[in-house]
Formats: sequence, C-alpha cells, structure tokens
Amino acid sequence: MLTGRMALELYLDLISPPCRAVYIFAKKNNICFEFKPVELFKGQQHTEEFAKVNILKKVPVLKDGVFTLAESTAILLYLSRKYNTPDHWYSSDLQKRARVDEYLSWHHNSFRRIAPKTLWIKVLIPLFTGQAAPPEKLQEVIDELAASLVQFEEKFLQDKPFIMGSEISLADLMAVVELMQPVGVGCHIFADRPKLAAWRSRVEEAVGKELFQEAHEQILNIKELSSIEVEPKLKELLAPTLMKMLK
Amino acid sequence: MVVELFLDLLSQPCRALFIFAKKNNIPFEFKHVELIKGQHLSEEFGKVNVLKKVPALKDGTFTLAESIAILLYLRRKFNTPDHWYPSDLRKRARVDEYLSWQHTAIREKGCRIFFTKVLMPLAVGQPFSPDKLEEAVKEMNFTLVQFEEKFLQDKPFIVGSEISLADLVAIVELMQHDPNFLGCKRFADRPKLAAWRSRGEEAVGKELFQEAHKQVLNAKSLGSMQLSSELKEHLKQILK
Repeated sequence: MLTGRMALELYLDLISPPCRAVYIFAKKNNICFEFKPVELFKGQQHTEEFAKVNILKKVPVLKDGVFTLAESTAILLYLSRKYNTPDHWYSSDLQKRARVDEYLSWHHNSFRRIAPKTLWIKVLIPLFTGQAAPPEKLQEVIDELAASLVQFEEKFLQDKPFIMGSEISLADLMAVVELMQPVGVGCHIFADRPKLAAWRSRVEEAVGKELFQEAHEQILNIKELSSIEVEPKLKELLAPTLMKMLK
Repeated sequence: MVVELFLDLLSQPCRALFIFAKKNNIPFEFKHVELIKGQHLSEEFGKVNVLKKVPALKDGTFTLAESIAILLYLRRKFNTPDHWYPSDLRKRARVDEYLSWQHTAIREKGCRIFFTKVLMPLAVGQPFSPDKLEEAVKEMNFTLVQFEEKFLQDKPFIVGSEISLADLVAIVELMQHDPNFLGCKRFADRPKLAAWRSRGEEAVGKELFQEAHKQVLNAKSLGSMQLSSELKEHLKQILK
C-alpha cells in the first residue's frame, strides 16, 4: 500500500457500457483503483458534488491526484500508457494501432449512439412513464442496430478473430460492452449472428469469464430495476431525452 | 508511393486533414471525391472505404477511414511536431478527451445545422424548417457553452499554450457555420471563441486556412449546389 499518495479514482456505474470497458480494463491489468460509485438511476451524476469532478455530468471519470479526465476512450488510453499495459490492447504497430483508432472513432456514432436506446425503450420509458413504449419504436432501434452490426462485421471484424487481428484490443472491449446493453434488456442480437457470437465468446474469454460476468451482472439483471422508485427530480431531468426518444 | 487522401473540402473532417498534411509538409495526392455529385456512394470509392465516407487514406495497400484515425496515423508516420499530440501523458489525454467528446457534441450538432439549413432543402427542394433549425442551433449553443467551460476555459488553446489536433478538429467544425453564411452568429456573440479561432487560424497560417475553407465560405455557390439525384435519395433516407 503506497502511503502519502492518493489512489487512482474511477467514477463508475456499471449500468453504463463505457464504465464497464474502463472497469474491465483496469481490473484485467491489475491497476489499483478506488471505485467511486455514481448511481445513474438515482441521478447522482447531476449533483453539484459530481459536477466538480466532471462538469459534463457523465461517467466514467478518472481522477488521478488533481488530474481529472472524462471520456472512456481517453481514460483507457491514459491507463494503457501510464500503466504500460500489454501491447495488444493498443498496438505499437502503426497500422494495427490505426485500426483500433478507426474503430474507436466510428463507435461513437454507431453502437454508442444506438445500443443504449434499447435500454431506454425497454426499461427506462416504462419505468418513468408507467407505460410501455410503442412497439414500432423498438423495431426502429433494432433495425438501426442491425444495420450497424452489418457494417461492423463487414468493415471491422471481417474474418478475423478480433478487430485488430489475432488479439483483443481496446476496440473489441469498447464494442462488446456496448452490445451487451441490448442483450441485458432482452434483445438477443447474438442469437442469429454466429460470427458475432463467436467473437463475443472470444472477447469474454480473453478478458476472463469471471471478470466479464462481474462487470455485466447489473445490466444482465436489469429487470430488477423495474421495481425501483424513481426520484421525481430525476424524472424531470430525463423527461426531455425521453420525449425525444418517443418522437 | 505517396499517401493518397480522399477528400472533399466541403467536409469538416476533410479540412482538418488537408490543413494538417499541408501544414506539416506531408506529401500526399489529393483525390477529390465530390460529395454533391454523390461520388462517395460509388462502388469504386467503396473499395477505398466500404463505409462510403470521406475522408479516407490509402497508403500503398493500407486503407484507413475516420479522420481522427487518419490524423493520428499521419502524425505518427511523419513524426510531426509534439504540440499536435503532446507526448506528455496528461496533455495527450486532454487531446484524446476532446477528440472523443466532439463526435456527439460539436460535430453532431454542427452537422445537424448544416443538414437542416443547407442539405435538406437542396435534397427535397423545399425551404428549411425554421423550427428544426432553431432546435439545432439551441443544441449547438448548449454544446458551445460546454466547450468553453470544460475544454477551452481561459487557455489560449485546448491543451494549453499551443495548437493541437483538438483545436484543429474543433475549428473546422465551427467554420461550417461561419456567420458569413449560416447567419447563426456563432463567433460574433462569443468573443472568447472568436479570439481562439483567430489564434488557431494564425497558428495554422492564414493562407492555408483560407485555402481550405474557400469552398464552404462561398455562400452563393453553396446555396446553389446541384446535388446528384442519387445523393438526394441517399440524404432523404438519412434525414428521415
């Protein structure tokens, strides 16, 4: 135990896919950190206290002494450099690294944008409004996600074991945690996609099954959420996003 | 064999790449992919980038999409000056942080404004919806406040005293909405942003900056663009 030195803090909620990526990466690489829970469903990301940590009011956030950092990609890269993690995570080879960067960039407007909608539609909207979302809305999201999955298989995965090639990298990690979101709410996207399912198994194995399951325990048991009491203030804050989703 | 960059300077990320390559004297072949003619949708271009988007890079047999990935690739391959992507751990993290955030912030909001005000009307042959534009501008304004509060603050540039990839990527996005054309008064109302933009322009070099932005700042020609019918159909699909 290093005395006189502030531990690395990671502000996380494992319901959030990018938080899971950071959590898994840190644990897998034996990076010591203090888990600072920020419960999204309790609206803790909107507190004044948390705003001091991240003015953008989002998780994950890293705090290393006085240095705070938002954005999961930035956090993962920072950790990989600071803790000198194995090369395959972010290859030093110019072209292989470029492939990871390419995926990490594309990810934002594809899986990251679309996959969370499944949680909104299947869990959050009913939770906040007391009513199920219109079924067409879910179909719309599933179709959008399907189109992204096709692009992913065609452009990024192809016939390789992992995005970069023969080993897991940050790209696979970011992708897989996002795709577990629909799985958690009952959209079985891997069921009729054998290539993707095989890739997911490989990622799970490369990460370690126990760690993978641990990180995903909450999202895989999300139905338990349906019985929680949502704070009225949180409902108010989330109402605009809700309305947008339903339009 | 020289690096090929597939670009259309109407596109913000293409401009970032163009400026970066030129500024750093990186030899490249400019392969023009005319977006309004729908050339990015062609099968031929699909062989360069199956995602059918610009920019794209071709270095021998190696092809690469996504402007951020291409910028980082060029930076490493051609060993550009440190300030673009500082080797200092924390400064570099700040650049990564911005480059990640901007996708769904300035880039997304900016594109929405451009689609709503320029592309949608050209695609459907109808004037833009003032309500939709107002909504898009509102979101952009909120994003700009976040940008100033979190990323720029009171520093000359995002990472500190020198321009980096973060500033470059940010500035080209905001130039799509230059007050000269879109009338959104992005810089006029915001002296801090305006000052930062001037600094960025100067750091890049005014001549290069103007050259890269010549097309998008030509309001008259933008408003009278003739979109190919294929592109119109494609846009109608995305904008639905």
